[in-house]
Amino acid sequence: MPTTLRVNGKAISVNAEPDTPLLWVLRGELHMNGTKFGCGMALCGACTVHLNGEPVRACITPLSAVGDADVTTIEGLQGPEATALRTAWTVLDVAQCGYCQSGQLMSACALLKKTPKPSDADIDAAMGGNACRCGTYPRIRAAIHQAAEGRG
Amino acid sequence: MVKRRTVLLGGAATAGALVIGWGVMPPRQRLHPSDPLPQTSGQAALNGWVKVGADNTVTVMMAKSEMGQGAHTGLAAILAEELDADWAQVRLEMTPIDDIYNNLATVVDGLPFHPDNDGSMKAVAGWLTAKTMREVGVMMTGGSSSIKDLWLPMREAGAHARAMLIRAAAAQWGVQATECTANAGWVEHTAGQRATFGELAALAAQQPMPGKVTLKEPAQFKLIGKPLTRIEAPSKLDGTAVFGIDANPPGLLHASLVMCPTRGGKVARFDAAAAQKLPGVKHVLDVAPYHGGTGGVAVIADTPWHAKKAAAAVTVEWDHGPAATLSSDTVMARLAQALDQAKGFGYHSAGDVDAAMQGAATTITADYRAPYLAHAALEPINCTVQFKDGAATVWTSTQVPGLARRAAAKALGIDDEKVTLHQLLLGGGFGRRLEADYVAQAAAIAKVAGGAPVQTLWSREQDTQHDFYRPACMARFKAGFDAQGQLVAWHNVSVGQAIVPQVLVRTFGLAGAGPDKTTSEGAFDQPYEWPHARIAHEIVDLPLPVGFWRSVGHSHQAFFKESFVDEAAAAAKQDPVAFRAALLQKHPRHLKVLQKAAELADWGKPLAPGAAGEKRARGVALHQSFGSIVAQVAEVSVGADKAIRVHRVVCVVDCGAAINPNLIAQQMESGVVFGLTAALYGEITLKDGQVQQSNFHDVPLLRMADCPRVETHIIDSAEPPEGVGEPGVPPIAPAVANALFALTGQRLRALPLKLA
Repeated sequence: MPTTLRVNGKAISVNAEPDTPLLWVLRGELHMNGTKFGCGMALCGACTVHLNGEPVRACITPLSAVGDADVTTIEGLQGPEATALRTAWTVLDVAQCGYCQSGQLMSACALLKKTPKPSDADIDAAMGGNACRCGTYPRIRAAIHQAAEGRG
Repeated sequence: MVKRRTVLLGGAATAGALVIGWGVMPPRQRLHPSDPLPQTSGQAALNGWVKVGADNTVTVMMAKSEMGQGAHTGLAAILAEELDADWAQVRLEMTPIDDIYNNLATVVDGLPFHPDNDGSMKAVAGWLTAKTMREVGVMMTGGSSSIKDLWLPMREAGAHARAMLIRAAAAQWGVQATECTANAGWVEHTAGQRATFGELAALAAQQPMPGKVTLKEPAQFKLIGKPLTRIEAPSKLDGTAVFGIDANPPGLLHASLVMCPTRGGKVARFDAAAAQKLPGVKHVLDVAPYHGGTGGVAVIADTPWHAKKAAAAVTVEWDHGPAATLSSDTVMARLAQALDQAKGFGYHSAGDVDAAMQGAATTITADYRAPYLAHAALEPINCTVQFKDGAATVWTSTQVPGLARRAAAKALGIDDEKVTLHQLLLGGGFGRRLEADYVAQAAAIAKVAGGAPVQTLWSREQDTQHDFYRPACMARFKAGFDAQGQLVAWHNVSVGQAIVPQVLVRTFGLAGAGPDKTTSEGAFDQPYEWPHARIAHEIVDLPLPVGFWRSVGHSHQAFFKESFVDEAAAAAKQDPVAFRAALLQKHPRHLKVLQKAAELADWGKPLAPGAAGEKRARGVALHQSFGSIVAQVAEVSVGADKAIRVHRVVCVVDCGAAINPNLIAQQMESGVVFGLTAALYGEITLKDGQVQQSNFHDVPLLRMADCPRVETHIIDSAEPPEGVGEPGVPPIAPAVANALFALTGQRLRALPLKLA
């Protein structure tokens, strides 16, 4: 019973059962490995993707809940906010091990789309669900501010 | 220090032109691997560390894992510097497994000598150890050693390759090599002729080995010392970076496990009838505990989700093993008992501490404790193995590729040489991936898969509950003061499990070991000039696997020692910075780091209250680990709910020559955040051998809103480079605890920090 998903602007047919978390559809069936598994309980944010532009944790989002929503993953993250964020991430050299960074960028991009000039409190709220074991938080904060300024 | 390194590293002077004679360090020892490097069409391997392609790429070979610490960028810059390559033409590739890539620095640093000891015993032991490890050592990324280990070999390799490119150009143009120079990927002749490295590569590979090479002087550096950005960073921003978990060979199957809830336990019997009927299930098997790991039942299925669902349907009776009766209360009782009874193995002594204590006008004593900790790397433990036609391929994130290969080979019953290991990026290591339990386990699972590759992936809960934990530890301190309030005697005994003897058994099958420096490091090897001192550690054997956790012994010993130094300062009614400074009169590097941190943190000046009017205070800590000296000043406040808030951390580091100031600052920030997570939240507890925590709700990590501002200052130095991956971790817990004392008067002697 194939299901049709819209991932990064493309319609894709998948065979996974409806209870399969979107994370494992992306990784296990579509081999889109940029979205990461960290906890399986929406506690770390490594699996963050966008559903119709809203950040969600793919590890607890069953395929049945996706429907015809537009799924955006790190591989398909585009647009002025994404470009500004990647530039700031590069200039400020944010990433360390990098494992959480797909999720961090997905959350940061969703934030900037809603709040083009986020305050520190906005960043705390939007990024609070994304854990980083390497401790890149100070540079993430600076990079989000810089991306917001850069697009200003 | 300089003298010691000269002996160990065969001519590593600190500054100025470094002429390395091959007679001192024969190139065959670390320049050429036993088998030639794999080369693609047009590539020419000039030695075991660099290949130059006809397409003008320079491929620098990486013998170290990249796990966020930035070693790949630093090592590539070191080689490219001496090669005179253009940074834009540099590519990276992992080395094969070979003795020339063995880690010598860590084993030499692991010898239990005080850093001030420049005696001949230490020099001879160090030299013999390095020599031995060249033959029987292992490839290893850990101990903050990557740059230290390869600083000279990779410079030599770069200079050597440059000399061969120049010789090739001279031969091609019929001119003297001395008339040619290399610059940014070109070889140029004084008369104006020039050729790219790529054009010269094939001819260069045919040139004889230069007798000796001259390394650059620091003033000539173009890449070393520059804040280059992380070389693999772009791949981490678009999803193309390939971590262990991203291995995806064709036909990949997925294994999920149900593991014994007791650490180290195994399967007694199991029933897989229900699981076998679920969609996609291929095999169900009993998997023994390998390399100090835990046993369980594995389910192999076509997708990760099918494997996970089917594993949950397996019913198992467990053999809980030797840890079955172990609980945190019994652990702490055992440690407390040992602390009362143990004299401990003495790692450092000075003067006559017993007489000095007896003669002291006043004394103070205190006990400290620290809990078990999990590594909690964000990439859960995983390994992919294909076993086909008597040979295996392994794809994994590991800090020890050679040991991982051996673990896979042993589990499969084949020779090491029959295993090809692909090292992928690590989604964090922190010492967890120094263990090979999961590689052996994944190999045993893949063995039944009929030639198909299988990825074994642990859940977050399994990653938390089947770790090799930072040992719990207790320490007792006593300080004696004379009638003028000056500290005259320092006595410290700590007790806890030792890691190295466990590693020797589970990894090498070797029983018995001498003193394990990692138990007492951070306590005995510090610069303070106690007139009379004894610092000892007693090993307590307990049946819980313990392992190397970022900064190892320093992670808790720094908290104990720097907190008690603060207690001593308070007892002596002295300022904490001034008190430390008085004990560092013969240690100018340490003194400078301490004073710079105090200066940048406005130590001694009033601290403005926070936005809500809450009071703030500063605390300081100074600690040396992995060769580097770090001082941190933390500014803290306490919320109405007694929540501890750290607002700002000033971090000053002397790590010798700074190869990449940008990545050093990154590592200091990283160490502060990692150490703060442990200081504020970190605690693994046991009940009946079972770890009570499971996922990030009860293994909390510091989050964005709780993260302090971190300001790093790097001391200018021409000394040889030292470690940076770990030294940022140890000082933060005591800096925060000392600030809390200044703020509240409460002396917190246990981790994690909790105010009464």
